[in-house]
Amino acid sequence: MMSILTPTAPPTRRPPPRTTRGPVSRARSSRARSSRGPTSLGIVDIAAMLLLALLVIAVLTPSLLAPGDPLGTATVQALDGPSLTHWLGTDYLGRDLYTRIVHGARTSLSASAVAVAVGLAGGLALGIVSGYLGGWVDAVVSRLIDVLLSVPGLLLSMVIIVALGFGAINAAIAVGISSIASFARVTRAEVLTVRTSSYVEAAQHQGSSRWRTLIHHILPNAVGPVASLIPLQFGGSIVWISSLSFLGFGAVPPHPEWGLLVAEGRQYLLSAPWLLLAPGAVIVITVLAASHLQGVLGRIRRTTA
Amino acid sequence: MTTHDLDLDLTPPVAVAAAAAAAAAAAPTAPTAEPPEATVTPARSAPPAISVDALSIGYSSGGRIVPTVIEASFEVPTGSTTALVGESGSGKTTIASAISGLLADNARWLTGGVHLLGQDVSRLGERGWQAVRGSILGYVPQDPLGSLDPLQTVGGHVAESVRQARDVPEREARRIARKLLETVHIADAGRKLAAYPHELSGGQLQRVLIAGALAGTPSVLIADEPTSALDVTVQKRVLDLLEELREELSLSVLLITHDLSLAAERSDRVVVLQHGRVVEQGASAQVAASPSAPYTLQLFRDVPALTPQKYAAAQTALQNRRESAETGPAVQVTALSKSFDGAHRVLEDVDVTVRRGEIHALVGESGSGKTTLARIIAGLTAFDAGTVEVAGTPRPRTPAIVNPDPSALQLVYQNPLAALDPRRRVVDLVAEPLRIGGTARAQARSRAQELLRQVGISEEAAARHIGRLSGGQRQRVAIARALILSPSTLVLDEPTSALDVTVQARIIDLLFALRTEEPALTMVFISHDLSLVRQISDSMTVLQRGRVVDQGPAEEVFAAPTSAYTRELIEAIPQAPGVRE
Repeated sequence: MMSILTPTAPPTRRPPPRTTRGPVSRARSSRARSSRGPTSLGIVDIAAMLLLALLVIAVLTPSLLAPGDPLGTATVQALDGPSLTHWLGTDYLGRDLYTRIVHGARTSLSASAVAVAVGLAGGLALGIVSGYLGGWVDAVVSRLIDVLLSVPGLLLSMVIIVALGFGAINAAIAVGISSIASFARVTRAEVLTVRTSSYVEAAQHQGSSRWRTLIHHILPNAVGPVASLIPLQFGGSIVWISSLSFLGFGAVPPHPEWGLLVAEGRQYLLSAPWLLLAPGAVIVITVLAASHLQGVLGRIRRTTA
Repeated sequence: MTTHDLDLDLTPPVAVAAAAAAAAAAAPTAPTAEPPEATVTPARSAPPAISVDALSIGYSSGGRIVPTVIEASFEVPTGSTTALVGESGSGKTTIASAISGLLADNARWLTGGVHLLGQDVSRLGERGWQAVRGSILGYVPQDPLGSLDPLQTVGGHVAESVRQARDVPEREARRIARKLLETVHIADAGRKLAAYPHELSGGQLQRVLIAGALAGTPSVLIADEPTSALDVTVQKRVLDLLEELREELSLSVLLITHDLSLAAERSDRVVVLQHGRVVEQGASAQVAASPSAPYTLQLFRDVPALTPQKYAAAQTALQNRRESAETGPAVQVTALSKSFDGAHRVLEDVDVTVRRGEIHALVGESGSGKTTLARIIAGLTAFDAGTVEVAGTPRPRTPAIVNPDPSALQLVYQNPLAALDPRRRVVDLVAEPLRIGGTARAQARSRAQELLRQVGISEEAAARHIGRLSGGQRQRVAIARALILSPSTLVLDEPTSALDVTVQARIIDLLFALRTEEPALTMVFISHDLSLVRQISDSMTVLQRGRVVDQGPAEEVFAAPTSAYTRELIEAIPQAPGVRE
């Protein structure tokens, strides 16, 4: 990282880079040193990654983690507390809660993935168009983004769902459209920075057309910060989609979905609190892990840039 | 401002005298009436101001310790200016940091010691250093703008240094700060106290830093490349100031520089460093007259001011070849004017003619409009009036965003790191212009590889990203990229201003090698360094505040400059005593 700061690092492997030029640069370099190195990962980083890996397995092959049937009812054991056979207890129909959470991951997470994909695609397109073209296009798009940002996301999602119809996928699309604004903002800012850089001017001086410059120089250099926004938006989407399901706008029972599980558990808050706490905790931990991953990615990007 | 006043104002109060025993003996605690000479004659048999003894310092990186300074020994005699000379990476800044107690955290003191005025400072802790810094030792950093807090007034900066060095109330500190600004000849010091760093010029900022370093009335001053970021005429004035202060305040100065001609002209002694070792030291005149180490000789040869005739033979040869096949001018600028925001005039009625195959230098200080002129010629900036023709084709007043004819003229940017995409490999950067033209990837790459070899970039370096190369290598890559379409004209915007003299000399060698191979290649060379211009250019234009003040064949302009400004620029070229090629 510091070798970049030394403009004329000697070609041989002799002295390491130094930045002892003045009080200011010294303070900066010692702060950089005090943080951990680029590749060293803490225990929290590893825990977050492990959890996300487990979730990926749950999405791809849920029966590997929970071989039972998420829909299999057994009224005899309804509302049983956590035990060795039912790790997280059972619900009012005697269905195993652990199995339902694992199987619900597919609906919740794939819906979040769709939401992020929609938001990323829309945001990139809008951000690039407004940042690169500038002028009145930028003015129009920027005001559009302002309007999107001024409406609360959840409310906007509900309006869109009402227009599209109920269901998990429609909820995902609605959440995605609501998150276009934040992706577009970051993209536009990055494109503006890169567009005015010397190397873009130099490329056009070499005869590179505007389209080619956009694909070869502006996009690769602007996309990094946008990419590190993905995990954060992913976590946010999980919460939003769960909220929509909780309110009855999203997934339809009896299929398990995290927000739906919380909604069902709410009715048994006093008699069987695990029905509410377990899926709630899973949502919280997943979101925390995703946003932590964003921090890790940002760190890696900064040190390798 | 006389010396007498200064002593009166800068006498440190008693509290500071307790700072360090040895310091008290040498620091100017002299009463008001005593002449400053008394301070340089300490009670004991005068120890040298700085004495570095078999100093070795390494940096730990990845579990290993890489030695950067190896067994360096030298002295700075009291009252003298000693220059520490070497290229970047030679360890000169590390030595300066060791002397001033500012070593980086990963630096390891391996052997040897440093004495300041006879006091051993090599094992001093942070508390001990605070007593030494300011009151015994002043440090002038390299980068004026980067070393000053942009949100603090310059008066506040100097006053803070004063209060740090001695225990005085705020009002008193500001009064002393004002005196200090007057000492370093900042005009209108009273008003400048309230100015912020961005309101002052680079030369003034460097003076502010010097004032800050003098706040604690030190007797030793370390100046780390104090002028490398400044224009030549400003550089000369700042160095004059340092010299004057040294005499007036009886300072001992350690001047760190990569420019041997400057060192030879401005110092009593020079110490030459190479790869962390002292390869030569002695009296400046003697080292300049008969350098003993081959490296010193090499350094002297690389300084353009000392070898004005280096390329004379090549120039004559090229000229003879040119005259046989002369056609219209490569670049013709007529009555060009340009203003920003309709008010601020950058260029006014500029005429420039660059003949095919020659090197035409555009000379001027920052703000003279030379870079704007270069950008207009390159078709990157719009202009208001006049005509610009490149190889007979007129440039439109408002340039197209995409260059329609990149093979007619190419610009080499001043900062290659900013002008090259950081995410692409060097070989692809150089191949890019061909790829734009539609050449197949493999073919473009092999041509790029060939050209990179020609400019001295190895295949291994070509596979890296631009950020992983040294400054000299980066500029080579930029030149290769500009040359791959075989343009007939190359505009070079201060291509070597950020480089050491040695690296600069290699880049200029490269440019001449390219000319020998391609005699029709025209170069417009923008520079503020007149010694370099004298060495390489066939013709030149001197710009001052957007107007042409001198123009013509280089040797004529140098022999008989018509404007006072050009004369001043020429006088600023360092003249080392008694150096011949």
